[in-house]
Amino acid sequence: MSSAHSSASGQPASLVNRLNLQQYVVYLGFLVIFLFFAIVLKDSGFLTVRNLSNIMLQTAPVTIMAIGLVFVMSAGEIDLSIGSTVAVSALAAAVTVNDYGLGAGIIAGIGAGLLIGLLNGVLVAYVKLPSFLVTLATLGLFAGVSRSMTNLRSIPVTDSTFTGFFGSGSFLGVPSLIWWTVVAVACGHVIYRETRFGAHVLATGDNSRAASVSGISVPRIRLAVLLISGGLAGLAGLLYAGRLQAAKYTLGETDLMTVIAAVIVGGTLLNGGKGTIIGALVGSLMMGMLNNGLILMGLSVSDQMIVRGLIILAAVAVSLREKSR
Amino acid sequence: MNANVSAANEPVLKLKDIRKTFGGVTAIENFSLDVHPGEIVALVGDNGAGKSTLIKIISGVYTPTSGTITIENQTVAMSNATMARGHGIEVVYQDLALADQQTVYMNMFLGREPVNRFGLLDRRRMIAETETLVKELDVRIPSAHATIRDLSGGQRQGVAIARATHWASKLILLDEPTAALGVAETAKVEEIVESLKRRNIGVLIISHSLDQVFKLSDRICVLRRGKQIGIRETAKTDKNEIIAMITGLQQH
Repeated sequence: MSSAHSSASGQPASLVNRLNLQQYVVYLGFLVIFLFFAIVLKDSGFLTVRNLSNIMLQTAPVTIMAIGLVFVMSAGEIDLSIGSTVAVSALAAAVTVNDYGLGAGIIAGIGAGLLIGLLNGVLVAYVKLPSFLVTLATLGLFAGVSRSMTNLRSIPVTDSTFTGFFGSGSFLGVPSLIWWTVVAVACGHVIYRETRFGAHVLATGDNSRAASVSGISVPRIRLAVLLISGGLAGLAGLLYAGRLQAAKYTLGETDLMTVIAAVIVGGTLLNGGKGTIIGALVGSLMMGMLNNGLILMGLSVSDQMIVRGLIILAAVAVSLREKSR
Repeated sequence: MNANVSAANEPVLKLKDIRKTFGGVTAIENFSLDVHPGEIVALVGDNGAGKSTLIKIISGVYTPTSGTITIENQTVAMSNATMARGHGIEVVYQDLALADQQTVYMNMFLGREPVNRFGLLDRRRMIAETETLVKELDVRIPSAHATIRDLSGGQRQGVAIARATHWASKLILLDEPTAALGVAETAKVEEIVESLKRRNIGVLIISHSLDQVFKLSDRICVLRRGKQIGIRETAKTDKNEIIAMITGLQQH
């Protein structure tokens, strides 16, 4: 904040240009990667309706988690625990849905996510521990829980209503996973952009002291964003369980990096105060497309990881450059 | 506002025998001060004289150990800043308390955003009210949509004062409003502060610049080591007397 006062009254015009560019980086990147794959992979089936809709379906859980992370990061916090929340929620849902039916399964799955969010939230907001360390710890903790819950076994989900609702089903000719994505993005966007809560999340991440003296309950905002993130990671777990018709401790294990990358590439600042839900959606589709395209190009798993790592690095560089000016 | 006009000679803020101790240390003792509507009172004193403690007492951050705070004939007990705001007292903090990456209009309404009947932010109203106020106070910013970080120090200070003006019905506390500003920007902010008198609210300003104090204030209240040394009418005193009071070279 102290540097704020010393900023000069005049500003170079190029700043404005850079700001605008940064805002649209994700759309540009999306377009470039899409065109690249469309040309390079035109004989490998990248452009088929089936492949493109597959990308959308596979991306759904990542997009849902990314929405939660936009709220968390905008408030100046981070949630690493989503990586293991997904598996815990999917397993909790799988176990209950088989024995007690659809409703119990949904409650158990989302509930598990909310409970993890509550634990993170209380530790961050009221015990005042840094969210990075808290959620790093709970990431490990619940990765262990999901393993011990099932002795590393996979739990099949047999309830066809459940798998239809969260996975393979469709409504009005549109796959349910796309419905979930659309509804979550729309609700997330409106809450983030158009409500007092969204404004208070941004203010908290931007300048928590200013938020606090303006009468905003900063601890309550911190608790709320971690609850949202936990709940949405729980929903992502249900979507995995529904689509794969089974739950296993490995679910979501590799998603954490993808989600963080999608959110940052999408234009949400790592340090809070600025973000976008739509950008996170496009960022997540971009990551999904990248995954798909690299596989179709025949890259080895290790090469895929390297390319993805480089893209994340570039995204972080753009994000931090914007922040530090 | 109307109530203020009808009771123009009643003080908006009346502090009586305010005393504040932290553990065994006395930070403020026997402090009494009235601030009238349309009046600018300057609070001066050396570092550690207790000005900040006093500001925090008036803004509800600290509760006084003893003494009374009366706001328009109503004795109040405040235990946090939200309560002070509820009584029509606004503070412009030294660090301005602005959210840098948000727009001017969102900062104007920070924590008090109006919503429409669907519970969604009423941006149109926020923008309109911001533009009106910014024009009235002559704060020259590019637009209500501008982001705070793109504004100069003087413009930011202007936004912070405009926000306080928008919400204060009784009193504005200004904590070193020009400490970080250049010459031209200081003059601009002083103009804005002066224009607050016409709004019939009381202004209590802390400043280290005696030039500024003499230019803006109607009365000057001097603090030294937590003690109230005296209150002078600005027109009937001079810098030498005030400096003597601040430094303690003249005991009254």
